[in-house]
Amino acid sequence: MSIGSWLRDHPQMLERAYGSTKTLFQKLDPVIKRIGYERVDRWISGPEDWSKQKIFNCKMCGQCVLHSTGMTCSMSCPKNLRNGACGGVRENGACEVKPEMRCVWVEAFERSEQMGTWGHEITHIQPPVNRQLEGTSAWVNMLTGVDKEVPKGWVGINTIPVLEKNGSGS
Amino acid sequence: MTGEMKAGTNLERVLRAGHFAVTAELGPPDSSNPQDVIHEIGVMEGAVDAYNATDASGAHCHMSSVAVSALTAQQGLDPILQISCRDKNRIAIQGDVLGAAALGVGNVLCLTGDDVTAGDQPEAKRVFDFDCMHLLRTLRIMRDKSMFLSGRPLTTAPKLFLGAASNPFAMPFDFRPIRMAKKIEAGADFIQTQYCFDIPRFKEFMKRAVDMGLHEKAFIMVGVGPMKGGRSAEFIRKNVPGVRIPDAIIDRLNGAPKGKKAEEGKKICIELIQQAMEIEGVSGAHIMAYKLEHQVPDIVKGAGLWPRPQMAAVESPVLTEPVAGD
Repeated sequence: MSIGSWLRDHPQMLERAYGSTKTLFQKLDPVIKRIGYERVDRWISGPEDWSKQKIFNCKMCGQCVLHSTGMTCSMSCPKNLRNGACGGVRENGACEVKPEMRCVWVEAFERSEQMGTWGHEITHIQPPVNRQLEGTSAWVNMLTGVDKEVPKGWVGINTIPVLEKNGSGS
Repeated sequence: MTGEMKAGTNLERVLRAGHFAVTAELGPPDSSNPQDVIHEIGVMEGAVDAYNATDASGAHCHMSSVAVSALTAQQGLDPILQISCRDKNRIAIQGDVLGAAALGVGNVLCLTGDDVTAGDQPEAKRVFDFDCMHLLRTLRIMRDKSMFLSGRPLTTAPKLFLGAASNPFAMPFDFRPIRMAKKIEAGADFIQTQYCFDIPRFKEFMKRAVDMGLHEKAFIMVGVGPMKGGRSAEFIRKNVPGVRIPDAIIDRLNGAPKGKKAEEGKKICIELIQQAMEIEGVSGAHIMAYKLEHQVPDIVKGAGLWPRPQMAAVESPVLTEPVAGD
């Protein structure tokens, strides 16, 4: 078992690591802003790609929602589903497209149930992906807020009352 | 559940009037001849409230779902335009929906779609710019806000009755009702499920849906279909993504005498509809009779759903006033 898959099976740890890294970046924001977001993006997008690729099989979409999807990269779903699981999941929980792989969303759901802080966000509807952000640093995009921008006509639906009331449905 | 009329299609009127609705899948032809579509519609005419025009299902190319839907509307019948996110990006999809609405299409079923590898051209590029949730929400925005996703206004909004699929029979089972709730929140007015052969599993799913009040927010239709025999059922189980057929069904088909297997398949389908009708929250049945379309009238009669309710004429969506923005 690789370190990446071991970590993915311990989503509570990843969730805590995400929380600390997020806080660190937010604290460093004034410095990063002074250096320039674009310059910092050039510096860190490479290492970010390398490390997230190792741990999450990250596709560098530039708008990371890992904490909302059970610390499981939804872009590693062959259909790139931001709101899976699709109806094609095999009887044994394997992916419709890659039978040798467990469905990304089956894992996302299972792992979200182990996550105390952001686990419930699996019930949120994720907006369409901004393809212009591909290859850029999701951390920098978080600081500039560009990762939260949605098409002008998109009407936000982040939380669904019936699901909030029922928790994650487990 | 009654609720506000969204598009006034025949299907919507039947459902809102409280009737148990029946829809069926049209197998689109591998042909450019409109008579092939008209012939197939004729085989099922009078037996169903609306016709699903599939969008290259199983990633096999056929006549486009927009064209099949338009031909159905030309016959004075009610099409359900299926749109898969596999082959088109957001720009193509929004344009297709406007065009389809202009040609008299009011029902749209929003699907993620089977992967390209399921078909006979697995070397094709998969698109999946949207997932079905984005598709539903975007069409709802076009209908209710009279604008494209970009915010650019429409001069006439499409009147749409929006549908989504649900597969209660695929993992993760506990997540399936939650995902259906998301689809309803995103915009689904009706749901058509994947083939149901497992009534206990379906009951469990519906119980969760009813507990969450989803049956009061959208019309949930059970997906069913006749099987030609044990061998074809096994083929479907093996090759069609997301279809679960229990061994008991296959054994029953295999056990039927030679020449009577298709008859047994039809009987099973009728029994499944009747059992599903007893489950709280089920508003209709969607019949997928692939290459067995001629059986649909018998299935509808057998289930006691004949004749279909006669609703007032379907309004043409293009003749209505534009829907004001927010």
